[in-house]
Amino acid sequence: MSFDAAYEALTDHDDDARWAYGTGFADPLAGVPTTVPANIDRGDLAAYCMMLGDDALIMSHRLQQWVTRAPELEDELAIANIGLDLLGQARLLLTRAGEVEGAGRDEDALAYLREPREFRHVPLAERADADFAHLTARLLVFATWRLALFDRLAASRDPMLAAIAAKGVKELTYHREYAAQWVVRLGDGTDLSHERMRAAMAAVGPLIGELLDPHEIERRLAVAGVAVDPATVRGEVEEVLAEVARAATLRPPVIPPPPTGGPAADDVSGAEPAGGRGRDGVHGEALTEILGELQGLARSLPGSVW
Amino acid sequence: MSDHDGIKHEWPLFEVFVRAKRGLNHVHVGSLRAADHEMALHHARDLYTRRNEGVSIWVVRSDDVVSSGPGDKDAFFAPSGDKAYRHPTYYAIPDSVPHI
Repeated sequence: MSFDAAYEALTDHDDDARWAYGTGFADPLAGVPTTVPANIDRGDLAAYCMMLGDDALIMSHRLQQWVTRAPELEDELAIANIGLDLLGQARLLLTRAGEVEGAGRDEDALAYLREPREFRHVPLAERADADFAHLTARLLVFATWRLALFDRLAASRDPMLAAIAAKGVKELTYHREYAAQWVVRLGDGTDLSHERMRAAMAAVGPLIGELLDPHEIERRLAVAGVAVDPATVRGEVEEVLAEVARAATLRPPVIPPPPTGGPAADDVSGAEPAGGRGRDGVHGEALTEILGELQGLARSLPGSVW
Repeated sequence: MSDHDGIKHEWPLFEVFVRAKRGLNHVHVGSLRAADHEMALHHARDLYTRRNEGVSIWVVRSDDVVSSGPGDKDAFFAPSGDKAYRHPTYYAIPDSVPHI
């Protein structure tokens, strides 16, 4: 920067670039081809985009429910920002899902007009938080897992999925950091905060198993170089959670071991099918409540806009 | 705010300065409450750079800021009010001096 230009920058000649509104907004997907590369199963790809999109959509809704309920105004805004980031990811992924599916459904149709059975998110995303410690533990696990997935997904053979993941990595890095600093603060805090953070970390553990347990579709697409097999991020997730727990003077959550015996989705010989319960559309009561809020307006006033 | 078991119920106040992309200096943008400097930096990011404003943030505890009082106004600032010759524009600038 020359001496002249340096001082030029201090004067506000250019009205479009008033600093208070920020400058240099960019469309992260500009120029990314929307065609589906050859040899990729469109049905599988649409379903996979819906899985990742629904994780973000439902998690975002749970975060939005903290607005007006957060312990401090500053944290309320932080949680709302994270919810907005995830909503942005959900919009891109559901748009991609609709595009690839080719049945004329856009992001709104997928978010507002699907039945509970058609949602493919993991149970971690829909769990209600009993208190702020439960929220931070859940967000830490969610962001750690999703960041590990998106890091690898940025190399996907589907260019759109790769671009969405690359954008998401920066957001998720911050989400993980935000959650981690609260887990450490509460865990390594007073006797009361330590106890509540300990209980929250213990409660989130059982939900981690399903995050790392690949669905048949994820497995097929991973082989094709399109998706990430969630089993491959187990090491990173365990490592990050252990590191945060150590700093927080807590025990890391106990993660259920991977199911033995390989693909068992079609095995009806008694044992619980391996993987994909949430991914297969089986959800708890919580989803009914979430969709009641999320879809209520769109269903009672179809096509309404403002 | 009251104290309970020695825990302060209100976090200290911090002042936030953001450097814009095109700016050279950090500009005061507001204040916030946080438990410590690290949290203040996180909160500042979430409160004051949501619209793509900044490239750098400073936070400083408000009680570390020393300011001039309203009572000092005359003694501090009035004496410079009639000294126009302190402005560089007061003088004719020679052609051989390009940048002022």
